[in-house]
Amino acid sequence: MSTATIKSKEAGWRGLDILQLVLSLLAVGAMGAVMWASLFYARDATNLAGDEQLAQRIFYIHMGCNIGALAGFLVSMVGSIAYLITRNLSWDRLSQAAIEVGVVCGLGTIITGMFWAKPTWNTYWTWDPRLTTSTITVLVYLAFLLFRNGIDNRQTRARFGSIYAILAFLSVPLTFYSARLFRSIHPVVYGNENPDAQGGFSVGASMTQTLMISIIGFCILFSALVILRWRQLGTEDALAELREDLE
Amino acid sequence: MIGVERDETKLIARPVSMRLGGGMLAFLRKVWAVCAKDLRAELRGREVFSTMTSFSVLAVLTFGLAFDLRVPRSEMIAPGVLWVVILFGGVLGLNRSFGAEVDRGTLPALLLAPVDRSAIYFGKLLANLAFTLATTLVILGVMFFIFDVNMFHPVNVLGVALGILGYVGVGTIFAALTASSRARETMLPILLLPVMVPVFVAGVGLTAGVVDGKTFDDLRQWLGILAAFDLIFVIVAYLLFDLIWEDA
Amino acid sequence: MADDALIVATGIHKRYGRKRVLTGVDLVVPQGEVMALLGANGAGKSTLMRLICGLAKPDRGEVRLGGVSTRKAGHEMRRYIGLVAHSPLLYDNLSAWENLMFFASLYDIQQPEPRVEAVLHAVDLWPRRHDAVRTYSRGMTQRLAIGRAILHDPPVLLLDEPDTGLDPASAETLARLIRSLGASNRAILLTTHNLERALAWADSVSLLVDGKIVERAPTSTLTTDGLRRWLVETGSVG
Repeated sequence: MSTATIKSKEAGWRGLDILQLVLSLLAVGAMGAVMWASLFYARDATNLAGDEQLAQRIFYIHMGCNIGALAGFLVSMVGSIAYLITRNLSWDRLSQAAIEVGVVCGLGTIITGMFWAKPTWNTYWTWDPRLTTSTITVLVYLAFLLFRNGIDNRQTRARFGSIYAILAFLSVPLTFYSARLFRSIHPVVYGNENPDAQGGFSVGASMTQTLMISIIGFCILFSALVILRWRQLGTEDALAELREDLE
Repeated sequence: MIGVERDETKLIARPVSMRLGGGMLAFLRKVWAVCAKDLRAELRGREVFSTMTSFSVLAVLTFGLAFDLRVPRSEMIAPGVLWVVILFGGVLGLNRSFGAEVDRGTLPALLLAPVDRSAIYFGKLLANLAFTLATTLVILGVMFFIFDVNMFHPVNVLGVALGILGYVGVGTIFAALTASSRARETMLPILLLPVMVPVFVAGVGLTAGVVDGKTFDDLRQWLGILAAFDLIFVIVAYLLFDLIWEDA
Repeated sequence: MADDALIVATGIHKRYGRKRVLTGVDLVVPQGEVMALLGANGAGKSTLMRLICGLAKPDRGEVRLGGVSTRKAGHEMRRYIGLVAHSPLLYDNLSAWENLMFFASLYDIQQPEPRVEAVLHAVDLWPRRHDAVRTYSRGMTQRLAIGRAILHDPPVLLLDEPDTGLDPASAETLARLIRSLGASNRAILLTTHNLERALAWADSVSLLVDGKIVERAPTSTLTTDGLRRWLVETGSVG
């Protein structure tokens, strides 16, 4: 007995299609604005010089990716709880889409962080609490995706994934807090800078504005990607169900 | 056969009296029954403790060897080694707590019991706690000799106990989640270890502080993190545990 | 009439991934009746058993035990169900005595020792009660599994192929137990591949074909040959 009905698609745009298109175009525009702002609009950090000064601009992308990763977590947490309450697979798909995009943003955070760290502190890695948390977060996300991949039953996959996501999400604030505490007790000074002070560049007005542009831009990008992926997963599930019905 | 007939009548004629309803006492009794069953089965089979201990001792020795030539003072790395070995060795016991039930097909027997399924969670949590604490005592002992560091300080023991409580609190529910999957042995550490980072960081911070001779006031924050972790995760795991078994 | 039935399954649908196992099962087992559930391997008999005892939930439909829906009932309902499954549900490191004492505590049985003793006598395992289940033969393990199922005296008994692999003596013990249990106002649902036993032990027979119950008849009206022919016709055998 089929629980999926084949919705015949009339030619033309429906609400979600329009939203997706608008968001995608906005995202393109927003990322363009982010690039322009970080590379040109933002003024050079006055207390830095040379490579370090140039590398400082990576910071805007770095923070943007960070926001994306954080958003991924939050949305997947909401999606997981909502799935467990409503048992509507749409929420589970949202959770998965958010985490997938969150992983990409998280990887972006780590990579940009490394490129920023090398000229600034002459090392690729610092145990900066934010960086540490981002990395552990990415590992948690990847584990989530791996875990789900190994479960065949759709409902079980959603249920187990949600349970794991909720527990994993709860560990993140504690990870951040403990890493920060650890750092404050074991401060490591590289060269003249204290890593905790965000690379120690003095912040001017254009920089703050660039940061805002970056954050907003990445939020839009995140939303566009998540909606796209979410609908993709919906189609995947519908296809799987139809295939089962035909057997 | 007359003897058997008589026993059958006994079977049917005398009805079984059961304490109906539940209440906290009945729940706790069943938690204890599950825990005792796991402990008793282990005393017979001796699989868990021996594997955990052998692995942990081997790990300590390996670390000792690895650092011996390069680290001037072993107190520098002892805290890290302790917690790494606890976390990695503990996985072996956790895997088996639900793995054996699935492999031997006894899991439905537990699920059919007239009790909230969180009793299974708490019962196995307690058993895992016992196994891991016992193994850790061995680790501390071995490290005392190999690393020449005495980590039996009461505050450290308290911290270790809190850390392990959080570890088995999360580990037991994750073990239940991964028990029926094919790649159970690899999946559990992948899921568990990233989530355990707060315990690891706080644990190392605490043990390092103890080894360095810090005062209790300095160490209090670490204990706070460990306690908070325990509280949050055991409660949430308790709330979510029942959802795992909807389609056994 | 359906109201005083102990086991009532209505419109049960269950699907596992791609496979539609049960497609609308209606089953009624009244109090005091022993029903044999027959069907091909993989027809869904074990699945139906698991749905009735609450280990799995049906996608659609309802199971009512003693008038109470399993969907709405909490864990207390499990007190009234006994199951003998494909796997023995016993801890082979522990002895028969320890196993039954453990389950007695899970089922809140007051004064467990005399009860466990009575059950061990009834399944002929008293002399070996302190030996690890690991050392038991298949027949002994199965007898202990039955002992486990009846330990808490459940009114609903589900026996999934309890006679498979049993030696004749154990099978005889099993037959005796089922007869006496059936006489005591329980509802017993069992599955077996042995048609002679099905006719000898059960009061009625139901046939599960293509995920539905297609036939139900009292055993008094059936013969072994007739049953075999019936099974072949419906494609359940061969």
